[in-house]
Amino acid sequence: MSDIKVSAQEVHKSFGDTHVLKGIDLEVRRGEVSCLLGPSGSGKSTFLRCINHLESIDSGRIEVDGTLIGYREHGERLHELKPAEAAAQRENIGMVFQRFNLFPHMTALENITCAPVFVKRTQRSEARQRALELLDRVGLADKADAYPRELSGGQQQRVAIARALAMTPDLMLFDEPTSALDPELVGEVLDVMKSLAESGMTMIVVTHEMGFAREVADTVTFMDGGVVVEHGTPEEVLVRPQHGRTKAFLSKVL
Amino acid sequence: MSEITRAVPVARPRPIQAVPLRHPWRNLLAFALIFLLLAFIIDAAQREAYDWPAFALYLFDVRVVQAAGVTLALTFLAMLGAVVVGIVLAVMRETDNPVLRAIAWGVIWFFRGTPVYVQLVFWGLLSSIYQTINLGLPFMEPWLVLETADVIPLFWIAVLGLALNEAAYMAEIVRAGLLSIDPGQTEAASALGMGWWLTMRKVVIPQAMRVIIPPTGNEVISMLKTTSLVTAVPFSWDLCTRTRDISAATLNPIPLLLVASVWYLFFTSIMMIGQSRLEKHFSRGQLGHGTTPKRRKHREPAERGPMVLASPEAVAAPGGGAGAPDGAGMPEGGGR
Ligand SMILES: Nc1ncnc2c1ncn2[C@@H]1O[C@H](COP(=O)(O)OP(=O)(O)OP(=O)(O)O)[C@@H](O)[C@H]1O
Ligand SMILES: [Mg+2]
Repeated sequence: MSDIKVSAQEVHKSFGDTHVLKGIDLEVRRGEVSCLLGPSGSGKSTFLRCINHLESIDSGRIEVDGTLIGYREHGERLHELKPAEAAAQRENIGMVFQRFNLFPHMTALENITCAPVFVKRTQRSEARQRALELLDRVGLADKADAYPRELSGGQQQRVAIARALAMTPDLMLFDEPTSALDPELVGEVLDVMKSLAESGMTMIVVTHEMGFAREVADTVTFMDGGVVVEHGTPEEVLVRPQHGRTKAFLSKVL
Repeated sequence: MSEITRAVPVARPRPIQAVPLRHPWRNLLAFALIFLLLAFIIDAAQREAYDWPAFALYLFDVRVVQAAGVTLALTFLAMLGAVVVGIVLAVMRETDNPVLRAIAWGVIWFFRGTPVYVQLVFWGLLSSIYQTINLGLPFMEPWLVLETADVIPLFWIAVLGLALNEAAYMAEIVRAGLLSIDPGQTEAASALGMGWWLTMRKVVIPQAMRVIIPPTGNEVISMLKTTSLVTAVPFSWDLCTRTRDISAATLNPIPLLLVASVWYLFFTSIMMIGQSRLEKHFSRGQLGHGTTPKRRKHREPAERGPMVLASPEAVAAPGGGAGAPDGAGMPEGGGR
């Protein structure tokens, strides 16, 4: 098995006339934590959504574990997968959203067991057992029966992480997981992500949390205007950036 | 309250004696209305024209009970058809295909834009406009020719007419329900590997129901009464038409009008109970909507807290003490 978990080559994506991704190249190794930085509108979310094919791409290719995502190769051409096939690919890729997106009509426990039970056809009792373990892992063992609206933002985001982990993914995508949180709640979510990173999970994290990027990330990628401007270790990108655009961005957020 | 007041030492500032605002005119109006109502009931009970013995006789008359059943069946089947067609129209209006969108728009435009009565007359004339139903390929000898009047009984024509008209309204209600769901919900479901249908069933529909049920409840009740128009088809076995036919024979319309009204009210009441049950069921996870019974129980003592535990000081405080008895004495603002 190759060491490369995610590989994106020359990924282009437009919405109508707006060319959002202009040839993104990125490689993420197994067990690596990769942080994506960049100004608003630079295409970070769009790129992340292409990795699990929530968004189709116009050209280029994205592979996870050497498997083409969202398309089937037919000679020179790529044919888009049927919705059911794309859904099957997403089972092993967890995603955490800026605004949590928990299902409000389900308790925390039901949020977590929903996909394992209905998608993977796991036994209810088994899914429940695993959900309780996950809740314990994110520090919310006592909130199993709470509805999302009864939880703080930080607690909701931790449930959302547990929900994604319940599908036993081997790649986790985070889209600004702490941007919608009050400052005092950011830490509890970052702690969960840190321990997840320590457990060896491959993670791609879009974030503005420079502390997290410096401390936890193995690589940092700076994007601007739909291209990768700079890529390297946190030390290289955050402390000794080479490009003017990176420097300008960092001076604003630090 | 007065005992607590006495317990306060004299040296302290005098506690506020909370006297709720009085509403003399409101009370007077209430009394006047009660009086009028009693007068009306007593008068009505004695008045010959209402013919209560006849009312009692016809209320459970076999023909009336049957007609009530027919009305209920018309309501149920027409609503069922309307919901199915309405969902199809709502989904069509949200697709990317412009032809499907335009067709759905046109159907809704037509059926909402013309009176039900006219539509029902039209459907009734179906068998004279299209006297035969020919099955086969266009421009060729049909394989099978059916007499329209034979194949489609009037009952089903009535159901069809009511259902199609109602479908236009249901389409808009369903569409509003689907649009009320945050796109993040379907996105999260997709990211978990859930397919379209599973997402609909487990994530979208349960949440959309909260928006869909109240207006649908209205529509069901409205449909119950709209069935009285099926006489336009002409179909004459529903509650309204049947009681009118009976009274035409007996020359005594008033008791039969009352009989019909009581049956309609009876069905409406049952539907309202059903609606509030459904609303409770689908308000899961909604704060302040009778969420979890557990949570409600936890909360109540806390809300009553200031009253039960009030020390003299607490009662003396203008905010805490004066508010509580007032709040407890006034009926809550009600549901809406
Ligand atoms: N569904 C869409 N339809 C049209 N345009 C879109 C869509 N999604 C994103 N865009 C556009 O693509 C560009 C990049 O958006 P994207 O959300 O990827 O940026 P981002 O880097 O995540 O920004 P932010 O930091 O604000 O989240 C923006 O100009 C946005 O307006
Ligand atoms: Mg974004």
